[in-house]
Amino acid sequence: METSRFIISTSPHIRDPITTRKIMCQVIIALAPVTLYSVIIHGIHGFYVILSSIAGALLGELAVQKARRLPVTLDDCSALLTGLLLALTLPPRVNWWIALVAGLVATVLGKQVFGGLGHNLFNPALVGRAVAFVSWAAYMTAGYVKSAAIGIANTSAHKAIEKAVDVAGGASPLAAMKIVYDPSLSPVGPGGVPHGIQASSYYKPLLFANPWGCLGEVSALLLILGGVYLVFMRIIDWRIPVIYVSTVAALTALTGRDPLFYTLAGGLLIGAIFMATDYTTSPLAPRGKVIYALGLGLVTWLLRFWSNNPEGVMFAILFMNGLVPIIDRYILPRTYGKVPRTKEASGS
Amino acid sequence: MRIGAGINAGLRKRIRGGVHPPDNKHLTADKPIIRMEAPELVTIPLRQHIGAPCSPRVDKGDRVLVGTVIGDSEAFVSAPVHSSVSGTVRGIAPHPHPAGGESPAVIIENDGRYERDPSLQPLEWENMEPEDIRRAVREAGMVGLGGAAFPTHVKLAPPKEFPIDTVILNGAECEPFLTADYRLMLEHTEEVVEGLRIIMKAVGAPRAIIAVEDNKPLAVRRLAEVVRDPAIELRTLRTRYPQGAEKVLITNLLGREVPSGGLPMHVGVVVNNVGTARAITSYFRTGLPLVERVVTVTGSVIREPSNLLVPLGTSFAAAVEACGGFMSHPAKVIMGGPMMGLAQYTLEVPVVKGTSGILALSDEEAAYEIPREPVCIRCGRCVEACPMNLVPTYLAAFSHREKWDEARRLNINDCIECGCCTYTCPTRNPIVQLIKFGKAELARLKAAEERRAREREAAGQQGG
Repeated sequence: METSRFIISTSPHIRDPITTRKIMCQVIIALAPVTLYSVIIHGIHGFYVILSSIAGALLGELAVQKARRLPVTLDDCSALLTGLLLALTLPPRVNWWIALVAGLVATVLGKQVFGGLGHNLFNPALVGRAVAFVSWAAYMTAGYVKSAAIGIANTSAHKAIEKAVDVAGGASPLAAMKIVYDPSLSPVGPGGVPHGIQASSYYKPLLFANPWGCLGEVSALLLILGGVYLVFMRIIDWRIPVIYVSTVAALTALTGRDPLFYTLAGGLLIGAIFMATDYTTSPLAPRGKVIYALGLGLVTWLLRFWSNNPEGVMFAILFMNGLVPIIDRYILPRTYGKVPRTKEASGS
Repeated sequence: MRIGAGINAGLRKRIRGGVHPPDNKHLTADKPIIRMEAPELVTIPLRQHIGAPCSPRVDKGDRVLVGTVIGDSEAFVSAPVHSSVSGTVRGIAPHPHPAGGESPAVIIENDGRYERDPSLQPLEWENMEPEDIRRAVREAGMVGLGGAAFPTHVKLAPPKEFPIDTVILNGAECEPFLTADYRLMLEHTEEVVEGLRIIMKAVGAPRAIIAVEDNKPLAVRRLAEVVRDPAIELRTLRTRYPQGAEKVLITNLLGREVPSGGLPMHVGVVVNNVGTARAITSYFRTGLPLVERVVTVTGSVIREPSNLLVPLGTSFAAAVEACGGFMSHPAKVIMGGPMMGLAQYTLEVPVVKGTSGILALSDEEAAYEIPREPVCIRCGRCVEACPMNLVPTYLAAFSHREKWDEARRLNINDCIECGCCTYTCPTRNPIVQLIKFGKAELARLKAAEERRAREREAAGQQGG
């Protein structure tokens, strides 16, 4: 019998069919509903923003890999996901070239300079967003001005909020509430402080059709469904989003503000479910993930309530990303069999 | 004196980790064990267990009978090797061994008469002292039949300072494809349970647990019918690889943690495979030592996957032929299961005491990929899957970059090499392979260091 044609390799001889590409595609599937819905709510311009951002991310990855003569790995779908995630954190009316540049920055500066997939310290999508945020602050906030397509829940509460938001000179519900709670921040002076806005009046739009936020903040419900899907498919660990959001909610309640509003508003859900759970930039071990999530909650709360910026999620995640190597050095699982030494144990 | 005993006792928390590959046991689960004829030539290696290999006790031209000792050793961690056929010794020569490399083997021409060695007599274990039982188990050439092939009499002889309170009978059979233990539990239930009672007597244990994964409900039912002794508890386990690994089993059943570098006896436990228990019974009932074993011959390219009772020394080729041969050329032939089995380069290797299965995988199943530069996306799947609570991706990276201090700091030597990390890795990193390399390198470095220390000492004495 011919025997020289057997493959020789060490065990295990079978593999789980899961691959990096499948994981990335699962996350893209989880984001699909909110992406589609966002285009419906914000109109075709939102679609251009998403396309530009993805194009930028893919181009960035391709350019570096070509320049470094590395194998091109666009087919692992990780750059595609980065571009999509980035787009969902951008204002709906932002200029397409800002989205493109942010996408380029995300994969070039956020990922490839560190050595590519698995080596980056910070979440690439958020690096892209952060650079856009500090470089074109005016464009980024102007982009929030309510979309033309708002026609969704045309209720009186909605109109009141809209008016209030307009009066507050801007942007997201978080910004409006910041002014409600801190009149000194009002751009229109003490006289223009909006009255009568209740955080609770935002619940419904935030859950179902929020026209004021970033592209991905259009519906908290769809984001949560996406998260449940990912946990169910065993793509992400429930610990990070659940502990992160709970920490923010708990600290918010302790501060005497409405925890539900602060959970639904802003980038908390998209950040907690899709950004903070990024494998490469979050801790490896379960205990490390818990510490990381608690830290995220604390820093988000600090930034939201004790800084000028109404948003805190982006910088909280980037900050905690930076701490991950330290967490991973000291917070690893206790190896099986490394029992704590006792008198009884040291006898032998 | 017992290391770690009692520290985690009563903490019945299930160990985390493990993976759940498709088990593929349907290929052979319903196939009763069939005895196969030994081929014309059997090649019985003198290395059949962990420990000191045997030296030959026969010469070319000698006539041997079924059960004749053909190899033995004075060493404690060793067990004799017997002939599985009657016939004439054709020679003693190095032969490819399924566990790797070559081993001196006794080649016997089978006369087809299967004449038994007349000195072999049944034994009444009920009236024997534990010490005599252990001696008999050694004479039977008994080794762990789960695949590790550790001499059984050594396991049954724990030092006095480590009293055994529980014998665990391992019927988990968590490796995919394998059904040899399952069939034994179904078809030879009484012998399995009697073997457990012999082991309990040998180690003086007051109680025992039979552990079976919950994907074998028929075996559980059969065992429940047979077990009448209140000291023997039947427990089902969640189906999850590597549930049958000793340390995992002990923790899941008793909540005890075997200390790092320690053995089950350090927490008052002895673990034996159901196949071993059955073989022990068989020896006491018939006097016939370990000369045959059940082997699951399986895989999608085998024409008639079967559970065979195979005389030791039968070539893999003959065993495969007994199952109708291959339907197409297999990409890989493995001794054991797909998670921890050993890939073979030739079918001329013989079935040995540790051969639990012969698995032939097709091209698609073997899913072989040439290892690339390791990429880790830090998904944490390997960390979650590791039953030893290690961080496999770091250990692999440290091995790859030869950072031995770091690898030691993260307890590389506690790896049980179950392969869950590699199985589950989405970037196809050869994680456990790199860890095995790291462990081997560390052992080599340590040995070299010790040699240098000895040489320095010798030189110092000369000089002084």
